[in-house]
Amino acid sequence: MIQINDLHKSYKMGSSSLHVLKGINLSVEDGELVAIMGSSGSGKSTLLNIIGMLDILDTGTYEIDKVLIEDLDETKAAKYRNQFLGFVFQSFNLINYKTALENVSLPLYYQGMKRKERQDKALKYLASVGLADWATHLPSELSGGQKQRVAIARALVSEPKLLLADEPTGALDTQTSYEVMDIIQKINQEGKTILVVTHEEDIAQMCKRIVRLKDGVIIQDTKVNQVLAEQYV
Amino acid sequence: MNSLKIIFDRDTWQEIFGSIQKNKVRTIITVIGVLWGIFIYITLSGSAKGLDNGFEREFENIAMNSMFVWAQSTSLPYEGFKTGRNPQLKLKDAQTLRNNVPEIQFIAPRNVRGVFDGTSGSQIVRGTKSGTYNVYGDFPEYTKIATKKIYNGGRFINQSDIDDARKVCVIGERTQKELFEADEEPVGKFVRIDDIYFQIIGVHKYVQGGGFESDGDVFIPFATFRKLYNTGENVEWFTIAAYDDADVIQVEKDVKQTLKRIHRVSPKDERAFGSFNLGEVFNRIMGFARGMTFLSLIVGIATIIAGVIGIGNILLISVKERTKELGVRRALGATPAEVRMQIILESVFLTTVAGIFGIVLGAFVLAGINAGTANLEDFPYTNPTVPISFVLGALAIMVSLGTLIGLIPAQRAVSIKPIDALREE
Repeated sequence: MIQINDLHKSYKMGSSSLHVLKGINLSVEDGELVAIMGSSGSGKSTLLNIIGMLDILDTGTYEIDKVLIEDLDETKAAKYRNQFLGFVFQSFNLINYKTALENVSLPLYYQGMKRKERQDKALKYLASVGLADWATHLPSELSGGQKQRVAIARALVSEPKLLLADEPTGALDTQTSYEVMDIIQKINQEGKTILVVTHEEDIAQMCKRIVRLKDGVIIQDTKVNQVLAEQYV
Repeated sequence: MNSLKIIFDRDTWQEIFGSIQKNKVRTIITVIGVLWGIFIYITLSGSAKGLDNGFEREFENIAMNSMFVWAQSTSLPYEGFKTGRNPQLKLKDAQTLRNNVPEIQFIAPRNVRGVFDGTSGSQIVRGTKSGTYNVYGDFPEYTKIATKKIYNGGRFINQSDIDDARKVCVIGERTQKELFEADEEPVGKFVRIDDIYFQIIGVHKYVQGGGFESDGDVFIPFATFRKLYNTGENVEWFTIAAYDDADVIQVEKDVKQTLKRIHRVSPKDERAFGSFNLGEVFNRIMGFARGMTFLSLIVGIATIIAGVIGIGNILLISVKERTKELGVRRALGATPAEVRMQIILESVFLTTVAGIFGIVLGAFVLAGINAGTANLEDFPYTNPTVPISFVLGALAIMVSLGTLIGLIPAQRAVSIKPIDALREE
């Protein structure tokens, strides 16, 4: 699904430059659930941004679903993001003046899907995260866990190849975190490839593979025995 | 998606309404800025047009490029003549003027009793009633220059009256009121003017703005006047109308120059002939009205621009506030073009809505002013309207300005990288 070779990325900070990613090689197969771990400054967010096409790499290659991502301008990036990727953010990033249903149907709007079709599909995905009854509510009327579930539904509605979750449980309490992880695991069991950036060990243990980053290089890449979140729910 | 499809797509508007409704108070205040601009523009230019129409109404009974010319006394010695000589205008001068100044369309020689000669006019008697009125000796051409509205059943002096020196007269409204009973029909009746019987052929309606004329004036044929008062070939003054496209000031100069030549007056003598150039006065007034229109255009457009800049300003703030939202949209697959289009459409939509409301409001105010001034005879203000081209022009200006000003926040929105937008907490 993902093939990254010798990826380098540095940021210009005035006259000096900060070398953040120093030669990352990473390969992710279809259906994997990968946790990317590391302390702050390890480069894990930068890596996720590059995978998410929110940022561009300096050198190296990046392939997703056998498509080489290069010469990325904003229009092209937008198209790829819509086609390949679903995003889940730590702070949910729902649009606060839109209802849950409208939020979920937004990626489909940018795909140019017809209104009725879009709403039906969005409702289906909202139901899959157990929030069908909350479709007409604004984000401000939802709890943190519910908001993240809406965000997950929104990320999935465009049927992306890859789901990218940046600290999806970072703003949630432990119990709600497990509920969200339960949903993520279930989506994974249905075959979706998922990347989760986290710094919480228990969340990482709920994935199938842990990639640890330190100072811009991968220091450890291990398969783990998945802890099912279901038992805590 | 092509841009036309975006504009007519219901979803696009839903997106725009969604983001506009997010901050209702601010949106309304911004809209009021533009609304006020277009309101000022419509009201001012409509009022200017009303003033313009009003002036035109004031002058409607007299040709706008007409003038009066009369003789005074010379101020320079010339060809052996001393100063202080009084040239006398003659009837044949009219033909000479017509030949020498081709711009003259109509020329009407006139004489009068009661205006310039120190008398208070002629005595007119009917039965036991009598009064003193100004009596004019006129040619039919006069009505080509200053229209005289004649009441039903009457007429003005015609060429046959002149040819036969008929004893007929046209009396004024006041003359009728003072000499006749209210239910009496004056046309066909006889009155005595300085002891000569005249048959009344018409009653003229007095219209304001004709200079020294009044509602008691009596008009008789020039030829009859000449016999009655023994004025011979003498003419007191000429009323002249130039063609519409003629330069009235030049015509006035040419007329005076010709008269000086006929009457052997120094070409440099500025005082020998007096004149009143209605065309010049009219041009000056119309220039003032045009100036008002121009001023209202400038002020109105400036106010519109100020309002539109306000919209741009608010959208800039709005884009700043929505950085994160725009970042999310980008992450979800919105292309820069779509984001840009949305912001510009918001701007155009706000300006257009504000504009339409402003136009409607302005139209109401103008209708109110029109109703309030409809019956004011002496106030030069009639039918304040705004030409549709001005309205469409203003709308076009607003839409294009809205687009232009929307480009700034739109560019700002696009220049924010989604990653930076999402990082902003």
